[in-house]
Amino acid sequence: MSGRKRVGTLVVAVALVAAVATTAASARTGKTGGSSAKADTTLNIMGFGTNGDDVAKSRFAIAQQAIAPTTVSAPNGGFNDQQFLAAVASGNAPDLVYMDRAKVGTYAADGALQPLTSCVSSQKINLKQYRPAALSQVTYNGKVYGIPEFFDVRTIIADYAVLQQAGVSLKQLNTAHPSTLLAAAKKMFQSSGGQVTRIGFDPKLPEFFPLWAKVFGADILSADGLHPHLNDPKAVKALQFAYSLIQAQGGYNSFLSFRNTWDFFGSGNQVAKDQVGAWPMEDWYVNVLAGASPQVHTLLVPVRTLTGHVINYTSGSAWAIPKGSKDAADACKFAKTMTEVSTWVAAAKNRIEVRKAKGGVFTGLRTANIQADQAIYKLQPKINTWFDQNIRTLDGVMPYSFSIPASPASAEFQTAWMNAVTRVLQGQQTPKQALDQAQSEAVKAIKAATK
Amino acid sequence: MAVAAERRKVAPGPRTRARRWFGGFRERDTWWAFAFLSPWLFGFVVFTAGPMVASAVLSFTDYSVIQTTHNVGLANYRAIGTDPYVLKSLKNTLIMTAMYVPADMLLSLLLASMLARITRLGGFFRTIFYLPVMTPTVAVGSMYLLLFNGNYGLVDKALSYIGISGPFWQSDPNWIKPGIVVMLIWQVGTNTVLYLAAIKNVPQHLYEAAEMDGASAWRRFKDVTLPMISPTLFFTFIILTIYGLQLFDQIYTAFYNPSSQNTASESSLMYVIYLFQQAFVYFHLGYASALAWLIFGIIMIVTIVQVLASKRFVYYEGSPK
Repeated sequence: MSGRKRVGTLVVAVALVAAVATTAASARTGKTGGSSAKADTTLNIMGFGTNGDDVAKSRFAIAQQAIAPTTVSAPNGGFNDQQFLAAVASGNAPDLVYMDRAKVGTYAADGALQPLTSCVSSQKINLKQYRPAALSQVTYNGKVYGIPEFFDVRTIIADYAVLQQAGVSLKQLNTAHPSTLLAAAKKMFQSSGGQVTRIGFDPKLPEFFPLWAKVFGADILSADGLHPHLNDPKAVKALQFAYSLIQAQGGYNSFLSFRNTWDFFGSGNQVAKDQVGAWPMEDWYVNVLAGASPQVHTLLVPVRTLTGHVINYTSGSAWAIPKGSKDAADACKFAKTMTEVSTWVAAAKNRIEVRKAKGGVFTGLRTANIQADQAIYKLQPKINTWFDQNIRTLDGVMPYSFSIPASPASAEFQTAWMNAVTRVLQGQQTPKQALDQAQSEAVKAIKAATK
Repeated sequence: MAVAAERRKVAPGPRTRARRWFGGFRERDTWWAFAFLSPWLFGFVVFTAGPMVASAVLSFTDYSVIQTTHNVGLANYRAIGTDPYVLKSLKNTLIMTAMYVPADMLLSLLLASMLARITRLGGFFRTIFYLPVMTPTVAVGSMYLLLFNGNYGLVDKALSYIGISGPFWQSDPNWIKPGIVVMLIWQVGTNTVLYLAAIKNVPQHLYEAAEMDGASAWRRFKDVTLPMISPTLFFTFIILTIYGLQLFDQIYTAFYNPSSQNTASESSLMYVIYLFQQAFVYFHLGYASALAWLIFGIIMIVTIVQVLASKRFVYYEGSPK
């Protein structure tokens, strides 16, 4: 092939590629822009698949209908940070994301999410219907970046059989009286040949450290998410106490190795086998127990501060709209529909039927929407004395919730206190030393994130 | 000496060599060779060289995927010097490598020596030793949690029969690293097979000669087998060292996976895990790139030292030594 011919072929090839690319681009533009192409629009969701449980599926169907004729693409799988950031960076941001509320502040500070100010006003979303603890997790720098969805409730789950065997009363599982709780833990604890065979009371460290700090009166992060208080003397005391619970029950190594043998989701779970007396836990575990071992008798006890006030350490999920969303209007409507009272009530009614058909029980839904919770509570059928009492306890503690506020460095902040607690558990540092170190690490991380 | 001097005299200079190299492109076969090589070359440029250049550039920035990227000069490299977790993770990694590499090599050599003597069922044992290599590393990490549970794991149960209580491989900072080494040695089969092949290739007449000279079994192993398989030992030494310095998947699965029952401990914080956290948990990709170049430099230096030291210990057949 001569040089001239080769150049000619190259020009033709480039022209062809350009023509194909232009056609594809214009086709794409036609798909997302203009009202005439509305029927073809697809709302791309990340973090919320269509393979969820009945509650997810029924709400999804309602929200999908609300934005018709727009269709919804929601690939299965939970929210993935790397996938999300790569999509945002490459200009292919999803239209709507479903993520842990704890992440919203960091992404808002990074500029990956858009404030929902116009969404709230255009869709007339009443922010007062959401629980303040949930709203504070999605509010950064005075602006709301997420619509809260589920709402975790943490109470103490007590195994009634163990309590009876050990002669411990529910009143003794009161976090407002640490010495009584410690004595109860020791009474319920059992070991054999130097090995733990039953944990009396598991403080669930390191992950529940914020709860223990609150019990002792410390907020480990300021409301604006910018000032950590990890080495607050009250937080240090809280860690000392929670650690002493483990030390009194065989020490961390034996304690952890025994806890790791539990069949947490199976029929031979730690409650069914009386391997634990009591421990603080999220409300979803009540559902697990109801399904896996409905014969067991558990009682829920609210967590209290040293001054006797009921508290609930909450977390949960939220809907947020990324910067670069190509269909923010539908995204907003979808998120609003997923979290509104009528949708939650429809999902609850559906779940009651589903559970009834399978011979199971409905233990309620706990959402970040106060009005929805009130409506669902009215639907709650009676189960038995145990479950009914537990459901009352869960719903009763929800108004007293607190959360870790939105922070520009939430992941680093969490790593700082988790590592600190682990250092204490492994005997490498005292609570004061560990939390002093965590404080300086958290301050440094937040300072870097806000620079 | 004279031959070497003669070689130096006739050896072509760089210009001549370059001219000859480019001259090769006049040959049709050279083009064909490059055509066949092109898929690999493309892969190398796109998936290795390209990202390496990109990470070198990123290491001088504060790239965090979303926010505006700024040039920060050497700030990332300076920050490495003041980051206590870099030193901690590097120390952990070096200790782990120092424990793992000799342990793996010694055990592999022992197994290979035993296999070399077996005349019956050799294939069966080779398969048995190699089977764990087929296990995905993530599965190995998960199995480690079950087998090495202090008190209740199979390993600790077995130890209890000989009166040993514990150890707590997953929560005691003093036992976490030895536990990980034992987990890694689970996949000792690769080196066993390599050493076995090397041992089988040692000329039989060398053993016969040594035996005639009255050499004991140990002397035959020390003075015949070891020198003859030293290139293979050296190769595995380098590969294992590089692997040890980049340890990630099994440890991440066992200690850092969100669904893991274990709490990540600073004793299990390996350098590449810290790098991963900086890059994909905190999204400090500029800093993580600098960390990547630091470990690249360390691996490079360690390998150069190993290669230089090998000149004293490795025997290549046909070499003057």
